[in-house]
Amino acid sequence: MIDRRKFLVKSATALAITFVVPSLISNKVYAKKPLAEKVTNKQSWGIHIDTSKCVDGCTACVDACNEENGLTGFGRPATDSQWIRKVKVKSNTTEKITTMPLMCQHCENPPCCDVCPTGASFKRVDGIVMVNQHTCIGCRYCMMACPFKARSFVHETLTQQNTNAPRGKGCVESCNLCVNRIDHGSETTACEDACNNAGHSAITFGDLNDLKSKISSVMKSNNPRRLRNDLSLNQKVFYSNI
Amino acid sequence: MNYKLEKLKTCRYLYWGTFLFLGFLVLIGLASSAYMEHEGHYVTGMNNQIVWGLPHIFAVTLIVIASGVLNIASMSSAFNKKLYKPLAPLSALFAIAFLIAGLIILVLDLGRPDRLIVAMTTYNFKSIFAWNIFLYSGFFVILSIYIWTMLDFNVSRFSPTVGKLAFGWRIILTTGTGSIFGFLVAREAYSTAVLAPLFIIMSLLYGTAVFYILLRIISKMQNITIPTEITVNIRKLIIIFLLANIYFLILYHITNLYISKQIAIEKFILLDGGGYTTMFWLGQVGLGLLIPLIYELSNKESRNFPLILTSIMIIVGGFFAVAVIIIGGQAFPLNIFPDHTIIESTFFDNGIHGYTPSIYEYGLGIGGTSLALIIILVLITNLKFIPSKK
Repeated sequence: MIDRRKFLVKSATALAITFVVPSLISNKVYAKKPLAEKVTNKQSWGIHIDTSKCVDGCTACVDACNEENGLTGFGRPATDSQWIRKVKVKSNTTEKITTMPLMCQHCENPPCCDVCPTGASFKRVDGIVMVNQHTCIGCRYCMMACPFKARSFVHETLTQQNTNAPRGKGCVESCNLCVNRIDHGSETTACEDACNNAGHSAITFGDLNDLKSKISSVMKSNNPRRLRNDLSLNQKVFYSNI
Repeated sequence: MNYKLEKLKTCRYLYWGTFLFLGFLVLIGLASSAYMEHEGHYVTGMNNQIVWGLPHIFAVTLIVIASGVLNIASMSSAFNKKLYKPLAPLSALFAIAFLIAGLIILVLDLGRPDRLIVAMTTYNFKSIFAWNIFLYSGFFVILSIYIWTMLDFNVSRFSPTVGKLAFGWRIILTTGTGSIFGFLVAREAYSTAVLAPLFIIMSLLYGTAVFYILLRIISKMQNITIPTEITVNIRKLIIIFLLANIYFLILYHITNLYISKQIAIEKFILLDGGGYTTMFWLGQVGLGLLIPLIYELSNKESRNFPLILTSIMIIVGGFFAVAVIIIGGQAFPLNIFPDHTIIESTFFDNGIHGYTPSIYEYGLGIGGTSLALIIILVLITNLKFIPSKK
């Protein structure tokens, strides 16, 4: 016979093992949204970058992206993958210098998806543009087509990859707005977290369809613009104060 | 003209010597590709800035030639020029051989060539690349049937119809090849429909030149003489194609120069692009177009030697032309921030991108080209392709 006290202790232990321990072992479990839930167009994920808050020399967003997605370089910058990079630009008219992160702009009309022969480059209904690593043949036509040079080709054999970001030699890859986190219910990306933790808060990620979301309110007050608006690609990444 | 078709009757040593030499080059190509795939593309000169390199120059040149060498057969079938009829089977054979070679190079340069089956079964019909997969495989099938109708008397009545179909198909095919670049809005050097007719005229020119060179080699091996009428007519064709190529090249650059936002890339290619400017003026324009044109026009007599020299210059110049289009177009940095100058970037956004091909890319390109020649050699030795007087 098991007494009530032992029963409660054992039950609590079992519950702890089932739910608490995994979250202590991995900090990458975001169990708010079940994975099986279908992606819908109710959300339209986007990013706003306030360049006035982006600090020259800070690489917190780049480092966080590299860690989140297991992007370890081989000491060959020309061929190493970069999903997000820092650029510094000077206005040709005012000579104002601006620094900002540049990544996949998650176009509504993505040229990479248009040109991909196998459809490996695709856009989800929630606006995330990404590469199916199982059907990418490594032709690099998407890299030719991207106006932002946002994509990288995996030039070398990879080892010890992160399970949350599968990658493959000979395939093309790019920022996927931390899709693994989003699909597990997270509402932030690694770059946004890192920028906030560094105390800059230049990056705001969120649902553009939700008018009450943080990104929507930031967008309202910042007069954001898209890069290469002349191409009418309707990107989901916006910049302010360039 | 009364003629019959024969196999190649060259001496065994010459055949086996050529076969082994070309076979060796093909093996080098395969080994280069295997090494690139095993190690990863970092061993090549290509990188995340110049994503298409020397293998693509070889592949596009060969595919353009594949379409162009069919000229001779098209003159016979589509335009009913009896003079070229004996040469039509050879012309179609060359087309199929160069097509295979170009495609093999493209496939072996893929990041995942093992996924060819994915490319053949999973299509995104909005992609011009996917259309090209259909255009290339369709061209292969049509050419195979065309050769069959020309070699088998029982089905020869279908030959003119299939020939006309092949002619139409190859025009669409080269339009597709040109559009691979023409449909790219991201890069200033591309993004114009003029590239499609430019590629068509390039194919007509390079293809005719390649046909003439191969015809001369085969006639030498077979110990037959090419009728003067053929040489005279091919020479006329080459002069017309040279003029047409110059016209479309000027049109392409004038179009870009007229669009203000394209002036920077034009300045890069035409004036201050270093090696790319040199390749354009000396290679593409000088060696590939002007010198052959002046040379041919100043040599009124249609002697054989000037035409073969002209053809060689055209092909070398053509290789440079494709290189300027493919590499030059990528070397010029993307205009991500109009009205701004990028002063710092960890991804090389702020400068001209350099490219030095690796030995493996040369290996793959030369190996692929040798494959086309070995296919031709084996088939003309074993099947009756070469015309001779009855």
